[in-house]
Amino acid sequence: MSGGLIHAMVVAEPLIGFDIAALARNFWALTVDGLTYGAVYALVAVGYTLVYGVLRLINFAHSEVFMIGMFGQYAVLMLLGFGPSGNAYDLGIAMTVVYLVIALVGGMAISGGVAVGLERVAYRPLRKRGAQPLVFLITAIGASFVLQEFVHFVLPRLTGDTLGGVNAQQPIRLVVPETQFTLFTANVTNVTIIIIVSALVLALATDMFINRTKFGRGIRAVAQDPVTATLMGVSRERIIVLTFLIGGLLAGAAALLYSLRVPNGIIYSGGFILGIKAFCAAVLGGIGNLRGALLGGLLLGVMENYGQVLFGTEWRDVVAFVLLILVLMVRPTGILGESLGRSRA
Amino acid sequence: MRSQTRRRSSALALALATTLVVAGCSQKEAGDTGDDATGSTSAAADLSIVPAVQIDVTGAEVEAGEAMEPADPAGDGSATCAGVSIAMAGALTGPNAALGQNILYGAQVALEKHNEANAGCQVELKSFDTEGDPQKATQVAPQIVGDASVLGLLGPAFSGETNATGSIFNQAGLLTLTASATNPDLTSNGWGTFYRGLANDAIQGPAVAKYLVDTLGYEKVCVVADNSDYGIGLAEQINEGLGDAADSSCAAEVKTGDKDFAATVQIINGADADAVFYAGYYAEAAPFVQQLRDGGVEIPFVSADGVNDPQFVSQAGSAAEGAVLSCPCGPAPEEFAAEYEASAGQAPGVYSTEGYDLMTIMLLGIDSGVTDRAGLVEFVKSYEGSGLARSYKWDEVGELESALIWMYNVE
Repeated sequence: MSGGLIHAMVVAEPLIGFDIAALARNFWALTVDGLTYGAVYALVAVGYTLVYGVLRLINFAHSEVFMIGMFGQYAVLMLLGFGPSGNAYDLGIAMTVVYLVIALVGGMAISGGVAVGLERVAYRPLRKRGAQPLVFLITAIGASFVLQEFVHFVLPRLTGDTLGGVNAQQPIRLVVPETQFTLFTANVTNVTIIIIVSALVLALATDMFINRTKFGRGIRAVAQDPVTATLMGVSRERIIVLTFLIGGLLAGAAALLYSLRVPNGIIYSGGFILGIKAFCAAVLGGIGNLRGALLGGLLLGVMENYGQVLFGTEWRDVVAFVLLILVLMVRPTGILGESLGRSRA
Repeated sequence: MRSQTRRRSSALALALATTLVVAGCSQKEAGDTGDDATGSTSAAADLSIVPAVQIDVTGAEVEAGEAMEPADPAGDGSATCAGVSIAMAGALTGPNAALGQNILYGAQVALEKHNEANAGCQVELKSFDTEGDPQKATQVAPQIVGDASVLGLLGPAFSGETNATGSIFNQAGLLTLTASATNPDLTSNGWGTFYRGLANDAIQGPAVAKYLVDTLGYEKVCVVADNSDYGIGLAEQINEGLGDAADSSCAAEVKTGDKDFAATVQIINGADADAVFYAGYYAEAAPFVQQLRDGGVEIPFVSADGVNDPQFVSQAGSAAEGAVLSCPCGPAPEEFAAEYEASAGQAPGVYSTEGYDLMTIMLLGIDSGVTDRAGLVEFVKSYEGSGLARSYKWDEVGELESALIWMYNVE
């Protein structure tokens, strides 16, 4: 295995191809796949957007909250007696559902716990001392490294090499993709249905929680004007904890859904790229805006997929970020605008 | 207001549960096609990477030469020597430690056999950790050179560190016998002390490509490469070797670290190709092959030494079944595997067999009465003999005269 093989660009080929025929041929399949990943982006993006809305902080450690959620649901399944065989389990209806729900709850609980713990250990002391925004940002990046390296080096020692370490976990596959029906030309599998519907349900529930409940009103109030909200009797500290908790819970749910689709992606570095994309989705939709994050996630997932087929797979990230730049040029606050507190949210 | 919300929340919870039930139902249907639904793992649980055949640079299958007995590090047991040692340099800690350890443990098996049989010649194996990093290796190299008891070096393990340290060892006249550095350019530096114990990358790419086209008869292959130096270089050679069989319409480039290959799977799905070749490492190959199979792409999955690792099989699970993996590295025969496991406490991995073979050659040199570095270089230069993995005879630049590639199947 060597590096350093010098490779020259093939001059004869055009730099970018436009394979419109391939895009047209695979359009529906790409849309369905894109929505599946977009749904995961969207759930993770909510965590970025809520924390930004309330604290004006980009919580870069959120991708690691997602990553720990993947390990969380994996550990829960292991505790339930699943061996990491890398092969599919065949449990029948009821048990698959039960285990999925338990893993979902487990993943959510662990991610939620880590998110709240992170707030407590990393951000609250800084807030108490009135630190500058930049300090929060650096702390977030530091916390991200700490969590990654914890899973990389410490977790395998704590668990006798069953969790964490340098390699991805051997997959536990609860649901094997089976085509359920064909939408236009796209095969829709059971995994796709679970991911998209669960994500939609969670997104709607979160939206209702933010817009319809007393706690949600508190979050919106603090986002809009923390000083006045405090004067009106809203406990800012409690709202901040709640915000981190919601973001963490959704990241945990996203972790389970993602693991259904990519069961061999459970690795200490597995949150990083997805976290960047989800953050990008949050900005695309309008950071601080809940519905913006959901819309941004779905849009990014789909556009990325179209772009890869249209221009070539190596242009994937270029497509995502050019899309972001184009949207921000026209609407600097993102598609749905920035505010969590105002009526638009 | 609140009670209304609560009602809605419970409605949503119900909807979520219903979805899961629906999905679970379809899961059952899928499961019913199998023979039992006992909650245990389905078939194809015990997959491993099994050696199949050796191929040469033209892709033709080469019959295994059964005739020659592999060299025995024990010799005749009457060797005499004093105060000599052999160094081993490679990554022993850090993310690439597994490869260095495979080589070191393989060498240790040979050393134990030798020292046990030859009471009058106790050779020491001194290991030097480079972490696979060229910079670290240049700091370690003077220590190796400065140790007067070191007659030969097994390593360096990686191409980058070999490139960085080759001239130091050359100036010191110290034999460097590598078990794993496969960059083709290494033997064109004019180092008189560098010998490579396996085929280089310029052989693997064309050999595998020709094997796919001429021996297996594939007419259309989708080449997917990652963006590492290794992946890009290998893909280039594969594309060249495949010629018209490489279909650019389903070629794709992915990134190391990617886990989601939906678009690539769609492109390949619509291409009606005979095989997929993946140029990259197992960390991406495992999710890639699994998503291919999940996406209904059933054509053969072919890859090279970057994927030839037990981790590929364990992470991809049953999706790895039928994968064809090439490697310049030779398989570990059963007897050696048992000795290795007893010595190292783990199964032999990639390059373990090379570590054993090359260590054996150096030990035979010492047994033949070599007492200085120049003597060992001369010994290797004129060496001709069989090992566990292949027969060893070097040409004037330090490449093997007959450099073959092993093809492995996951089964």
